[in-house]
Amino acid sequence: MDTGMNLKKLLFRMSIHLLACTVAVCHASTADHSRYGILMQDFKSGPQVTRACLLCHVDAAREVMETIHWTWVCPKAVDRDDRIGKIYVINNFCIALQSNEPRCTSCHVGYGWADNSFDFTDKTLVDCLVCHDSTGTYKKFPTDAGHPAYETKVFAGETWEPPDLSLVARNVARPGRDNCGACHFYGGGGEGVKHADLDLSLYDPGRDLDVHMDSKGNNFSCQDCHTTYEHRIAGRCYTVPATENPTFQLPRKPGDTHIYCRSCHGNAPHARGRLNAHLDRVSCQACHIPRAAREKATKMSWDWSQAGRLDENGKPYKEKDADGNVVYDSQKGAFTWKKNFIPDYIWFDGTAENVTIGDEIDDTKIVRINLLGGSADDPGSRIWPVKIHRGRQVYDPAARQLVIPKLYGPKGSGAYWSDYNWTRSVMAGMRHVGMPFSGEIGFVETEMYWPITHMVAPAAQAVPCAECHTRRDGRLAALGGMYLPGRDRFVWLDRAGWLCTLLTLAGVFAHGGLRLTYRRLKQLLGRKRG
Amino acid sequence: MAQRLLLYTRFERFWHWAQAALVFALAATGFEVHGSWSLVGFEKAALWHNTLAWALVVLVVFAVFWHFTTGTWMQYLPTRHHIKEMLRYYLVGIFENEPHPTKKTELSKLNPLQRVTYFGLKILVFPVQIISGFAYYFRDDLAAAGIAAPIGPIAFTHTLAAFLLLLFIIAHVYLTTTGRTASSNIRAMITGWEETGEDGQSGGPRTGESGQES
Repeated sequence: MDTGMNLKKLLFRMSIHLLACTVAVCHASTADHSRYGILMQDFKSGPQVTRACLLCHVDAAREVMETIHWTWVCPKAVDRDDRIGKIYVINNFCIALQSNEPRCTSCHVGYGWADNSFDFTDKTLVDCLVCHDSTGTYKKFPTDAGHPAYETKVFAGETWEPPDLSLVARNVARPGRDNCGACHFYGGGGEGVKHADLDLSLYDPGRDLDVHMDSKGNNFSCQDCHTTYEHRIAGRCYTVPATENPTFQLPRKPGDTHIYCRSCHGNAPHARGRLNAHLDRVSCQACHIPRAAREKATKMSWDWSQAGRLDENGKPYKEKDADGNVVYDSQKGAFTWKKNFIPDYIWFDGTAENVTIGDEIDDTKIVRINLLGGSADDPGSRIWPVKIHRGRQVYDPAARQLVIPKLYGPKGSGAYWSDYNWTRSVMAGMRHVGMPFSGEIGFVETEMYWPITHMVAPAAQAVPCAECHTRRDGRLAALGGMYLPGRDRFVWLDRAGWLCTLLTLAGVFAHGGLRLTYRRLKQLLGRKRG
Repeated sequence: MAQRLLLYTRFERFWHWAQAALVFALAATGFEVHGSWSLVGFEKAALWHNTLAWALVVLVVFAVFWHFTTGTWMQYLPTRHHIKEMLRYYLVGIFENEPHPTKKTELSKLNPLQRVTYFGLKILVFPVQIISGFAYYFRDDLAAAGIAAPIGPIAFTHTLAAFLLLLFIIAHVYLTTTGRTASSNIRAMITGWEETGEDGQSGGPRTGESGQES
């Protein structure tokens, strides 16, 4: 048993070292981009750099254009009617992409997706640098549809100097955490807004925050789990799982991934069997990510109905809390934030359905914009930690539908952030997607569930048993559908059991008391007689 | 002179006390896992409960072997004889210092009420408790083997049997005080020897105190 464990640990360690070797050493390149003549030119634009890249990397753009980073549509959904992807969904953050393209597409891996006319087949519009820049100087300008600043610009009071595209082109490398993080740490339009498990703290994390990415320890890159093949990056896309075969397996052929915990840790990762018996019902994340947003706050609620208040000069303003989180913004409304909190727990089978434009909603209840699938009765579901983001957002009460407001745009375009008029904003947004709008607006409460999977803590910090197996206020207090030892009981069985126990105790005490009393009486009587 | 009778052999005494200790510890940890009280914390309670359960199973295997190889199992066959007398004794006679209606011998150590109670424990409560415990522990393996092992009914059964054992322990401990003297039964289970009194009757009138008086 012991040798078995040690052997398993040894193999595990070896596989980690092998992984590190694969990334760091074995892929040391014989190509030195800083010495390529084609990259010595003075690049004026992003597409110009891409053209140079494609001269050697002839397949690169084609590969990228097949990925969700380019299409913003989930791969298996492309041929289906129920299309799922960033393009189609509604959320309760900045609501929707359409009509707001130049702002949203500053995180598109391309140049120039400013409206519906964007050419998704033009290879020169692929942005190689946002993922491959190793200088840390290349940044896409927030409102230029994916282009970097080509001249000195100002956004939200900050000056953006144009990056030296030639220098960046000569210093390309495999993506680092900062490349992925440039977009993924800022999901929802700001750091930590959308995800309770992705923010700048993962750029240089300590062991307590992330035992795998610990920059002084295992120092995993994002791709060590989100494996890559032909520019495809392993990961879930809404309802499409990261792999169809989520079992313990070493990657055997290119394209196989080891994104799941069990890909490396196996199906019996704990020394104690009782813990392993949890695996079929409890996700690894539920115990090993004891708290969400451990170092930086994440947005918990967004009330759009509060937007539009202007200061005494008629200007929009922002308010921050003591920690520097924006809690009010005239353009966006009121927010709440939370840090280092115990997440909610739900049954989750890895699928998700999203409310999209045209779906009827029940406006008498809180609208669940994304419905994570799964239930206690489904053997394929496990308990997952989630962050619940609560919203109050604009909708069409006559049609009982969520709507797309145009938020970003110049004055007079109807954009809410310029004109501060909801009716005109929704009219512009719905016209953009060719959908009807009754002209009435209201605000409806919404919820979105965000599964938590990053920021895995060291084993010693895993959630202790008693935080779920407890009668009072346990982490799973609200999770129904199963019998949880320590939390649940058959109340009347317990009552009957303890009542019988008390009666039996009372019975033996009464019996014993009577025996003693009789004996005393007899002794007294005996003495009198004597 | 007082006669002595070797009622309980060495293994029987070891088995009894080991089982007593294990049942007490299993009850303490089991009810903690159940959420009834908090002594060592859920994690340790669950760990100890599962470990002690294995110890109990080992002990039970030895005990079953002992019962059959020594023929002791016959001691536990229920009888209808003297049941009425036993009940009358506990309800009336015991207060009057009447002699115990049955006699302990090497061949018949147990009175009719003990026989029926212990028989029930051995044939029903202990097996149910051990089997439901195993089903609780191995329910994933059972499910994998295609045997439905829903945790709710398993937990219900295990809790029910635990309460029955608890009730038994209370009554059992109290009834040890109803021997010839209050401690003679317990002493017998420790030393193995029971003082049977001059007339060779066990559990007879408590001649100790009342005898001196008269």
